[in-house]
Amino acid sequence: MTENGRHSASELLAVMSSRLLDDGQTVFAGVGIPLLAATLAQRMHAPGLTILFEGGTLGPFITPGELPPSTNEQRCTRRANMVLSSTDVLLLLQRGYVDIGFMGGAQIDQYGNLNSSFIGDADDPTIRLPGTGGGNDIASLTRLIVAMIHEKRRFVETVDFVTSTGFWRGGSSRVEAGLITGGPAKVVTDLAILGFDQETKRMKVEALHTGVSAEQVRENTAFDLLFDTDIETTKPPTDDELAVLREFDPDRLYIA
Amino acid sequence: MTKSYIDLRSATEMRDRSLRDKVMSLGEAAALIADRDHVALGGCTLSRTPMAMVWALIRAGKKELSISRSITSTEGDLLYGSGASRHILTSWFSQGIVWGVSKVMRHYTENKLARFEEWSHMAIGLRYRAGAMGVPFMPVRTMMGSDVGGRIDETHEMDCPFTGDRLLLVPALNPDVALIHVQRCDAYGNAQMDGLPFMDIDIAMAANKVIMTTERIVSNDQIRREPDRTKIPFITVDAVVEVPYGCAPHECYGVYEPFLPNLDYYAELTRSDPVAGVKEYLERFVHGPKNWNAYLTLLGMENVIDATVRGRSVYND
Repeated sequence: MTENGRHSASELLAVMSSRLLDDGQTVFAGVGIPLLAATLAQRMHAPGLTILFEGGTLGPFITPGELPPSTNEQRCTRRANMVLSSTDVLLLLQRGYVDIGFMGGAQIDQYGNLNSSFIGDADDPTIRLPGTGGGNDIASLTRLIVAMIHEKRRFVETVDFVTSTGFWRGGSSRVEAGLITGGPAKVVTDLAILGFDQETKRMKVEALHTGVSAEQVRENTAFDLLFDTDIETTKPPTDDELAVLREFDPDRLYIA
Repeated sequence: MTKSYIDLRSATEMRDRSLRDKVMSLGEAAALIADRDHVALGGCTLSRTPMAMVWALIRAGKKELSISRSITSTEGDLLYGSGASRHILTSWFSQGIVWGVSKVMRHYTENKLARFEEWSHMAIGLRYRAGAMGVPFMPVRTMMGSDVGGRIDETHEMDCPFTGDRLLLVPALNPDVALIHVQRCDAYGNAQMDGLPFMDIDIAMAANKVIMTTERIVSNDQIRREPDRTKIPFITVDAVVEVPYGCAPHECYGVYEPFLPNLDYYAELTRSDPVAGVKEYLERFVHGPKNWNAYLTLLGMENVIDATVRGRSVYND
């Protein structure tokens, strides 16, 4: 719990990222915080937000207290407009129907590349992580919001393994690799909201959460961060936002 | 896995595609699968997992199977732990995010006892689709620049001859056998699926043999009254097995949700010692019971009812 015990770091992540979603958008959401944040946005300010899940659900409303264990179970389909094959829902990304992809990751680097496959050398890993799922497809094919806890071991100069391509090696290298659309747009952490420099594609701090210093962000990042000239301060989560989150996740599966 | 088109066609030609009764037991269906076959599993994560057939394969002592699935959960652990497979091609592999990273998957892959071949979710889907379409590859705009793509040597990049765009070509995947579980199917293999279809239709079309397990067998007349509901046609199906609760402890849309106490128990059992844990689970739940109904009895009536009540609730207003 931070902020005098008012909310957990995960709750802060969910609230801050939900505010980045606009009514009328189509968002492709991964499991965990992304699913919860998209659901929160639907309830708070974006009732017309269309959520896609990689299991093949188009436009559902998750039932409070019935969060699915992944984005592939029947709980994902409540009040959906359509269920379709997982290949076809992913193809909606490639066709261009999705405004925002929204996911987490174990590691991120200064160019927004994400790792959810290996800690250490891929040929002899310290930890074999679960892998990409649809993450690589989402990151390859649409604008991306990433929600992650801000820790030095997660914000690394170079990821051990590029599971999901961000701006790859910076500059125009993503486009040159063949990924001519999309790319990381925002990284939401429990300390700050970050974006990317237009030219170099390096990560830069755009806003700090209430009570967080620039120094704190630097201390928890293993690479040199850029800072916007006019850093804003975000508004803390409201009681309403926290109440809705806890109504959806009473067992604290995702917001622990 | 890309086969020559002529071989693919002649293998299909040789299958008996007539409208005939294909009903058999789990054991008889398992006998249709050979060691070293490439076996594709339908469903995704905890959904419509063909668990009864996975269970039957392990009991039959199958070896060196190559497995593919969109996303792999505990069935992958059991296939590694039993020695039935040392190679799983999938996009994501762990029990489920709420249980953390699978200790069994970690043990087998980190110690190089088994391979987890990672592709993106969409790339796997389009590999099955290319297989279903009878074309050797599919162009995609994903995986480029990533190390996921970099670790795979079966893909090629090309510049599109029409637009000049860079594209990745992923090879067709035509599994030797597909294992699919559905809510309803007739004796000939005409299958109806409720809820999320995942990649099952493409898998069935791509495979050289399809084993269909079903919650219940319905009459062909019932199928013919609503042919628009048939998602997989009998001509692709080689075996039909009626297995109530055939995905347990995973879920089957509208029939039952996951058996959470069993999944929690499994996660706990494998947390401290993955090898001994998975062995104990296999002894108790796979090798122990004399048949599938005895396995369900072991899961417990209370859990069956709890999973069923939650499963059916999808139809409640």
